[in-house]
Amino acid sequence: MSDGTEEVITRPSGGRFHGRWLWLALPFLGLAAILAVILIGRPLEQLSASAPPVEELSVDAVTLTPGLISLSVQADGSSPVTVAQIQVDGAYRDFTAEPSNEIGRLDVATFDIPYPWVEGETHHLVMVTASGATFEHTIDVAVAELSASSAAIGQMILVGLFLGFAPVAAGLLAYPAMRGAPEGTMGFMFALTIGLLGYLFVDTLSEGLEVAEGALGRLRAGSLVWVSMAATTMLLIAIGRRGGRPPEGLALAAFIAFGIGVHNFGEGLAVGAALGAGAAALATFLVVGFAIHNVSEGFAIAAPLTDEEPGLLTFAGLAALAGLPAVPGVMLGATAISPYWTALCFGIGAGAILQVIIEVGAMLIRRSPPRGAMTVVNLLGGTLGLAIMYGTALLV
Amino acid sequence: MPATRRQAFAALAGISGAAPLAARQAIAQASSRSEAAHEPGANKVVGLVDHEANGFTPHELLTEFDYGDTSTSPDGRTVREWTVTAVDKEIEIAPGVFFPAWTYQGRVPGPALRCVEGERLKIHFVNAGSHAHSIHLHSIHAASMDGVSGPSLVEPGTNFTYEIDAVPFGCHLYHCHALPLKRHIHKGLYGALIIDPDPARHPNNLAAAQGRRHGTAEHGRWQEFVMVMNGFDTNFDEENEFYAANSIAFAYANEPIRVARSRPIRIYLVNVTEFDLVNSLHLHGNFYDYYDHGTTLTPTLQMVDTVMQCQGQRGIIEIDFSRHEPGLYMFHAHQSEFAELGWMSFFDVTDA
Repeated sequence: MSDGTEEVITRPSGGRFHGRWLWLALPFLGLAAILAVILIGRPLEQLSASAPPVEELSVDAVTLTPGLISLSVQADGSSPVTVAQIQVDGAYRDFTAEPSNEIGRLDVATFDIPYPWVEGETHHLVMVTASGATFEHTIDVAVAELSASSAAIGQMILVGLFLGFAPVAAGLLAYPAMRGAPEGTMGFMFALTIGLLGYLFVDTLSEGLEVAEGALGRLRAGSLVWVSMAATTMLLIAIGRRGGRPPEGLALAAFIAFGIGVHNFGEGLAVGAALGAGAAALATFLVVGFAIHNVSEGFAIAAPLTDEEPGLLTFAGLAALAGLPAVPGVMLGATAISPYWTALCFGIGAGAILQVIIEVGAMLIRRSPPRGAMTVVNLLGGTLGLAIMYGTALLV
Repeated sequence: MPATRRQAFAALAGISGAAPLAARQAIAQASSRSEAAHEPGANKVVGLVDHEANGFTPHELLTEFDYGDTSTSPDGRTVREWTVTAVDKEIEIAPGVFFPAWTYQGRVPGPALRCVEGERLKIHFVNAGSHAHSIHLHSIHAASMDGVSGPSLVEPGTNFTYEIDAVPFGCHLYHCHALPLKRHIHKGLYGALIIDPDPARHPNNLAAAQGRRHGTAEHGRWQEFVMVMNGFDTNFDEENEFYAANSIAFAYANEPIRVARSRPIRIYLVNVTEFDLVNSLHLHGNFYDYYDHGTTLTPTLQMVDTVMQCQGQRGIIEIDFSRHEPGLYMFHAHQSEFAELGWMSFFDVTDA
């Protein structure tokens, strides 16, 4: 800063530029003054003199191993939150805390509670803080943590493949039929794609917002979903149009595949979490449902390719881009990652889908005859796309 | 979770971090705890209560009786006087858990006031707390001394003297009767009032009366304990998070109560638990006699190992361990919920 000041004085020619940067410092100086008054002068002391602390705890992850419950807990509050005692099923239990049972703002601690939990049953946890406030967490169905054995990993990879890659590849098999379709049906196909993607967008966004509620309030995971969605959309549109033209053909198909891929990563998280949280009995049912649901994602990827001559390898690549992210999704989800990061994944997924909705929509409008894109056929296509996705979602 | 979960707060300084260990060793010695043998972990609280900061220890509460100051009135009658002060005080009710209590004399339960049947009692009550309080005695007395309204309901910064006759003999209690009642009681304003029978008035049950009357030779061989069964609703949701006899969760499990098996045991048992309808005391490995309200010299229940008390009910338990082998004998509320939330204790019966 002193450098700049010097230059203003000694070199008037460059001074204008540096001077402008100097002016930028003014608001920060103003802010510093405000903070100094509040923190040093303490004019608000009266307000907080008798105010009890605000305490918040969120359980990020629970892992069960034989005879042991491990909790990962994040804290927030006006001062560090001390978890003084822990009840399991209405009884105080011995526990150890790592690094400490006094958890700083937004810090995370792990609590190990030796406990003879019962396979398949529900257990209730209550954390009592130093001030006597209580925070509850329920383990709906107790199952042992999926071990890191190669068999378990193989199973999870299989689930991910059935969930994402296989159905998308199957959906792409509709390509020959779509290519052979008469000229007038293109609008219908794009509208159908928009409908399919529209459902995925709403679904991804609402799941992101739902999971965001499990994170600490201060982290504002709900806002993060919206912000990450908007940022992703803008970024992908910018990338897609970097050559000055909107993406069409293979490029558009790749963007659709990418958007669906991020979405399927989120689906993988959900299925993995269900496996990890003891809904393993639902696994087959879930995978069957998602597989049926995801076949139509293949249609959406194939739609922009009808004017192209893509090779088999291209299709394999598109299917991999859209379907394979489900595999790491399942594996991450099974390890119970925190709601905050899960919400971010869903936000990015929603943004990626929104981008392709915009691009497919733009293409549909460009290719429509002068009377516009809002034809009965197109509206039917869009509605059918939504209906297919909603209908098959009921199977999950 | 809502940011509205605001709680009165405790100075965190001095709370030891993770768990430790003297208390755990005490439990390890409690070999009769069958669960330790086949379950991982233990049903316990983690850490130690700073009794010094509280200003009282659970074992003091157990055996301390406040006899007040006595004098003789012109008509030859014994006058017994106490000064009891109500103060707001934060107490550590379980390791690391602080409760913003309202107390008599800075302790919960308040002092166990002890006197003899027929005496004139004067309790000088000073309200140094932040709300109106009173001392409502469970005894036979006049309406003006009831601690419900009028001068006997004492505004902050003022005082009042309750004057009553010590009748009937028995194991009684006192508590604040200001409104809202539930809040004033569960915040900690309660204690035991013990009126010993006057042997001169009970010629037909002389030995029993002498055994109860403090200061007599017959009384000297008894090992007496006051146990006020209570709970604390630390998050103010009208359900107790902690239960205990004499406030400190698991206190007599971590440090069993040492007794000599050759001498009989008498427990003055009072139930002031709020929110839950009943509380109880169940003894392991033995049976006992029970005197409901302590107002009789013959047991009202004989040969039982569990008694139930509703809120405000109390009585006397007399236990004989003379023919038992030494060891740890558990006793606790037979509401398993209360037991596992802190109302869990042991007698360490020694060969003496």
